Amino acid sequence: MMPHVEPLSGWGRYPVRDCAVWQPVTAEALHATLPPLGRSIARGNGRSYGDASLNPEATIDMRRLDRLIAFDDASGELVCEAGVLLSDIIDAFVPRGWFVPVTPGTRMVTIGGMIASDVHGKNHHGTGSFCEHLLWLDLDLGDGRVLRCSHQENADLFAASCGGMGLTGMIVRAAFRLMPIESAWMRQQTVRARDLGEAMAVFERSHAWTYSVAWIDCLARGRDLGRSAILLADHAPADALDATRRAEPLARPPRQPRAVPVDLPGFALSSFNVRAFNQLYYAMQRPGEALVALDPYFYPLDALTDWNRIYGRRGFVQYQCVLPLAESERGLRRLLEAIATAGSGSFLAVLKRMGPASFGLLSFPMPGYTLALDFPATPANLALLDRLDAIVADHGGRIYLTKDARLSAPMLALGYPGLARFRELRAQHGLDRRFSSLLSQRLEL
Amino acid sequence: MIASPVLILGARSDIGKALARGYAAQGCEVILAARNDIAADATDLALRTGVQARAVLFDVTDGEPDRFFEGLGAIPGTVVMVAGLLGDQAESAAVDAAAQQVMDSNYNGPARYLLAAARRMAGVPGGCIIGISSVAGERGRASNFVYGSAKAGFTAFLSGLRNAHARAGLHVMTVKPGFVRTQMTAGLKLPPAVTAEPGQVADAIIRAHRARRDVIYTLGRWRPIMAIIRAIPESVFKKLSL
Repeated sequence: MMPHVEPLSGWGRYPVRDCAVWQPVTAEALHATLPPLGRSIARGNGRSYGDASLNPEATIDMRRLDRLIAFDDASGELVCEAGVLLSDIIDAFVPRGWFVPVTPGTRMVTIGGMIASDVHGKNHHGTGSFCEHLLWLDLDLGDGRVLRCSHQENADLFAASCGGMGLTGMIVRAAFRLMPIESAWMRQQTVRARDLGEAMAVFERSHAWTYSVAWIDCLARGRDLGRSAILLADHAPADALDATRRAEPLARPPRQPRAVPVDLPGFALSSFNVRAFNQLYYAMQRPGEALVALDPYFYPLDALTDWNRIYGRRGFVQYQCVLPLAESERGLRRLLEAIATAGSGSFLAVLKRMGPASFGLLSFPMPGYTLALDFPATPANLALLDRLDAIVADHGGRIYLTKDARLSAPMLALGYPGLARFRELRAQHGLDRRFSSLLSQRLEL
Repeated sequence: MIASPVLILGARSDIGKALARGYAAQGCEVILAARNDIAADATDLALRTGVQARAVLFDVTDGEPDRFFEGLGAIPGTVVMVAGLLGDQAESAAVDAAAQQVMDSNYNGPARYLLAAARRMAGVPGGCIIGISSVAGERGRASNFVYGSAKAGFTAFLSGLRNAHARAGLHVMTVKPGFVRTQMTAGLKLPPAVTAEPGQVADAIIRAHRARRDVIYTLGRWRPIMAIIRAIPESVFKKLSL
């Protein structure tokens, strides 16, 4: 198989690099491609934000390994290839009354990417991350071996691969359980919080809700610091729907995706505009109950394809950190103050309470609060993020690798106690000589 | 109305795969024909949509179209010819066998398979034959005229087949996709404004099939572009590098 060269980036469009790309059509073709390559990295649908899916020497586009292999109607167990898109699973199984146990904020991700990032969703506090629902995965080690990995078999490689950023080999197929749903509707309650303390109090008393997330106005300062709108939701049971919807509870209203036609110029994201947007958005989040369709609830931004273009040609960086529960309030306060002082607001600032950590050696979640923001990739903003790193480290937190494009190796090590074991396993299986990405090179993974 | 089963000849290509998914999503039974065993793709379709799907072996250059259709076990309601080979113009110009491969894959094979299909499909209610041709067949260009001329022949073939069977009710549709982002074009620098994704092409084909259109460009922008290219006088055209 011959590669071609194309400029690639993550979803943040920063950085962009020319990469040699292979596009295997089957797991067998992939298996034959790997051994003669030097170091390579798997790339799914390119939705990690930074440089995790880039390797200029050899990037493997996994999107043609996209076959469903088996489904058990009784248990909900689905077996599929790693390049299957979450959106395809949702389209195929929601009408039959099944949904994924954990979903990130976009449906345009591959299953392999969800595993390599050990993605979490708005239900993390009760349900954990995606890999907690994984039964097994098949890993091509690039040296002729394909290993079934699970909690029972090759458990060490399983723990390293779940959240392992693709650095333990090529995930070729996986099995996990879908979860039954009665309807394609969500019962949502919106609660406003005037400041950070109030927002956290809402989260702490809302554990019974399946899903919870807060949009936070990160330009609010002083006594408004942490002002937010908290969205709580459950899957609506069929009998909570009106007669029309109850007739077809699993039908989904069609959504016509719109595209951002051009890169917006840099000034579109001036702090004035962001401030105006944040105030307007806050005002729009009316407190109270509502019935919301599944797709706009989970994937509001997927209705706008290429939404990353609103940040213009220079791209943007996402920043997501988590702080341990005991340190969360103090740490968040310092982070929000630093951001508000810099005046570099973010359109999308999201706060969420996380539950127990996963078994994945490099999995991101830990019990506490996670804050996610995005910023245009300007020198001033990159300097701000270095300051935020120091605050996160002070409070014993960590940074989400899937969103990262600029963290330094020493900062990474402070947040991930499983890192030494991860490196050891990579060396033990010779994986450090077969798999690498710009992210792993930068962070010395 | 779409007549089932839908036979996709060249089902492993990106357009073939997108078409299979598109037709299956409409509830049509699908038969996937490809050079390699693609039973896994048939299983995938059945799991996605609940339709019946199966895979059969098929090589557009094997010269055995009648034997292929006899072994199929059913007369298809719809046949889509997706198979084709872009090849490399320089190689085709230099090596006879390479040129023959391109000609066989884009004209001889597809035409003979569709003749064999048409012989069996007379009287199939709603029967339809769809051929994926190319904008490259509208004018011979230095950069790809071996491929382009085979596609020109295929376009003329489809036009004649349509004419021959129109009164008997067997519909024939010609599709000219223009640039499509597929395995065939991986690594080529394609202008985004006139480049389609395989899924877009499949959607356009299925829509046009329902409307029983004769000839379609899957991206409408190609129509004026090709009108201009056809209108350039040969004395000028021969000096251009397009």
